[in-house]
Amino acid sequence: MNDGAVLSVKDLRVYYDTDAGTVKAVDGVSFELRPGERLGLVGESGSGKSTMALALMRLHKPPARIAGGEVLLDGVGDVMKLDDDGLRRIRLDRLALVPQGAMNSLNPVMRIRDQLADGIRTHEPGDTRDDLAERIQAQLSRVGLDSEVGGKFPHELSGGMKQRVAIAIGTSLSPSVIIADEPTSALDVVVQRQVMETLRSVQEELGASVLIVGHDMGLMAQIADRMGVMYAGKLVELAPVHDLFTNPQHPYTRLLIESVPTLMAKRALASIPGAPPTLINVPPGCPFHPRCPSAFEPCDSEVPLPTAQNGRVVSCHLYPGEAA
Amino acid sequence: MTAFLEMANVSKVFSAGIIRRQHTVAVDDVTMTIDEQSPSILAVAGESGSGKTTLARLLLGVIPPSSGEVIYRGQSVDDLSREQRRTYLREIQPIFQDPFESYNPFYKVDHVLTVPAQKFQLAATKQETTRLIHEALDMVGLQPAETLGRFPHQLSGGQRQRVMVARAMLLRPRLIVADEPVSMVDASLRATILESIRRMKQELGISVVYITHDLTTAYQIADNILVMYKGSVVEAGSVEQVIRDPKHPYTQLLVSSIPQPDPSLPWGADGEIAGDPESMEVAATGCKFVDRCPVAFEPCAGQRPLLFHEHLSRAAACFQYDKSPALEGQNLDLVFEPQLTSQAAGGSEGPAAN
Ligand SMILES: Nc1ncnc2c1ncn2[C@@H]1O[C@H](COP(=O)(O)OP(=O)(O)OP(=O)(O)O)[C@@H](O)[C@H]1O
Ligand SMILES: Nc1ncnc2c1ncn2[C@@H]1O[C@H](COP(=O)(O)OP(=O)(O)OP(=O)(O)O)[C@@H](O)[C@H]1O
Ligand code: SF4
Ligand code: SF4
Ligand SMILES: [Mg+2]
Ligand SMILES: [Mg+2]
Repeated sequence: MNDGAVLSVKDLRVYYDTDAGTVKAVDGVSFELRPGERLGLVGESGSGKSTMALALMRLHKPPARIAGGEVLLDGVGDVMKLDDDGLRRIRLDRLALVPQGAMNSLNPVMRIRDQLADGIRTHEPGDTRDDLAERIQAQLSRVGLDSEVGGKFPHELSGGMKQRVAIAIGTSLSPSVIIADEPTSALDVVVQRQVMETLRSVQEELGASVLIVGHDMGLMAQIADRMGVMYAGKLVELAPVHDLFTNPQHPYTRLLIESVPTLMAKRALASIPGAPPTLINVPPGCPFHPRCPSAFEPCDSEVPLPTAQNGRVVSCHLYPGEAA
Repeated sequence: MTAFLEMANVSKVFSAGIIRRQHTVAVDDVTMTIDEQSPSILAVAGESGSGKTTLARLLLGVIPPSSGEVIYRGQSVDDLSREQRRTYLREIQPIFQDPFESYNPFYKVDHVLTVPAQKFQLAATKQETTRLIHEALDMVGLQPAETLGRFPHQLSGGQRQRVMVARAMLLRPRLIVADEPVSMVDASLRATILESIRRMKQELGISVVYITHDLTTAYQIADNILVMYKGSVVEAGSVEQVIRDPKHPYTQLLVSSIPQPDPSLPWGADGEIAGDPESMEVAATGCKFVDRCPVAFEPCAGQRPLLFHEHLSRAAACFQYDKSPALEGQNLDLVFEPQLTSQAAGGSEGPAAN
């Protein structure tokens, strides 16, 4: 593993087998998550972000299957090769997931404290009741919630509070990697900022790394250290956040950023022409070529491989260079 | 002006708890009209839990108001005949907030499109129905071949959300009530969907109530906006006024908290946000924002501020503006554009335009 990455994903492939064909939802993705960093993952809706987030923890469900690649977790080895027992041990404890729509998947008939206790108990059955109560208390205060929230049911909480509970549950065993899938997409911007600050402070306290999946480019610009961009099952660009916004290299990234509206001027909303590709029948060559304004000779036949320079990686024929 | 749908002093109170009964005023005295002749897009923004979805459910007739009336084509929604209720249910289409809850997991996604198509007899033949469905999917950037025949869990979050948008478009209603329709899709698709919503307004005369946390897209596509805080409208008017130049301290906080897509700009004003933003308690008297307001002053804790008609196209419920007249009848139509109700209607005391 290079430079002590916490998580190193190599050529990961996750496919869904369906009657209509194979959906290549994640198709050869490689990246590293560095210690203590916040990596933002954006990209087209349906490009495989959630599938990958789940697969990193082997939480994907059939018909999804790992079709190749490895996910090396520091000190553990390849997550893709762990047996059930090994998996159970690393989940929550090393790798934690706050899934898409988490705040709506809290158990409606269970008090918050019992939902928190469940996660802790399955991992550390030895804990006494007093220990457990203390842990729950600490966990709630870590996400900025009052201890009396523990006695409430989900419907008695606001969206922001529920989302913080989901973060508290996900991080109750001090994981070294937190994967959060659209953690704030249902919240107002003031609460968004608070939930993000909560996530950031939990992360800093734990010294953990975070992978945040989302669509809000403004939020990503504010929270991420580095950003990855997915298109049609591939990671097409990976760069420090500042570079990505000021100098996007991949044409898809550039057009995505251009389609973000501002409060400056009122104008028609710009979108990328053409339709999103189907992942059953991905266009040959560069998957973006049918929509790419810069497409040229090799694009419709040769798949562009990732190349690296200046700490960024891009998969586009416009940037021939050293293989990443 | 032909009123299509009106809210007349509509409030909704939820009661919970058996021993210690708690009352949540989810919508507090809203009066406004959705006009038939001049379609418009109204954005509804505000705090999580401030009553936006409740407002939508009242418009859709899913829940009855606790007081006041929702009036459809001149008749209270409570008193509609079966036939009238049927047209009402067709003419107002929802796009629900949570794409995870809008589907029955046992049916293929086709179900949410074919059932209403049949129920409302959109087309004479099966082929025609299929054509309409494909057209609607196309408008939201979905490929029919990749969408139809699948179960909801086989689609991504954003794909499910777009099927719900396509469903609303399919039915060609007069009003679409869209609750966070694009919160889970990428920026480009957001633009595609919102532009098709705007086109529906322009070309088909469909009005839209667009509930969102995204004030930037609200600014881009809406004509007017209503900002809610703990059930009350705290500011309303044209998007130019309210978003570009917010006057209510809550709206100001909201606008300054928009994360900018530029890593070199700070997110929000410095420092902690005062008070407990998510406390569900509301003081019985006084401004609901008083415990968080950085500029609260003498009258704020004692009385609840009315909406003051601070500008031709804006009203704000804040004592800082009590030199302006109270908004007549607290009727939001008076600040929404295009201004249909003639200015003279109110009599002598005009708003203090500045
Ligand atoms: N169970 C399934 N069977 C078949 N295809 C699936 C299944 N689940 C997801 N897919 C497909 O896999 C692709 C990737 O889905 P995924 O949920 O990972 O996308 P995403 O990038 O998270 O999108 P979003 O931003 O909309 O949440 C999509 O095209 C989706 O239709
Ligand atoms: N069926 C119900 N029973 C009791 N209380 C309810 C019910 N529905 C909503 N509420 C309460 O009414 C208030 C307004 O809720 P609503 O869902 O309308 O907010 P919202 O503005 O849509 O929030 P969000 O931005 O999180 O979607 C909240 O305090 C909520 O807890
Ligand atoms: S490889 Fe070619 S088609 Fe693909 S993004 Fe680059 S220029 Fe465009
Ligand atoms: S009425 Fe007073 S407390 Fe309320 S927003 Fe205005 S200044 Fe602040
Ligand atoms: Mg997803
Ligand atoms: Mg809502």
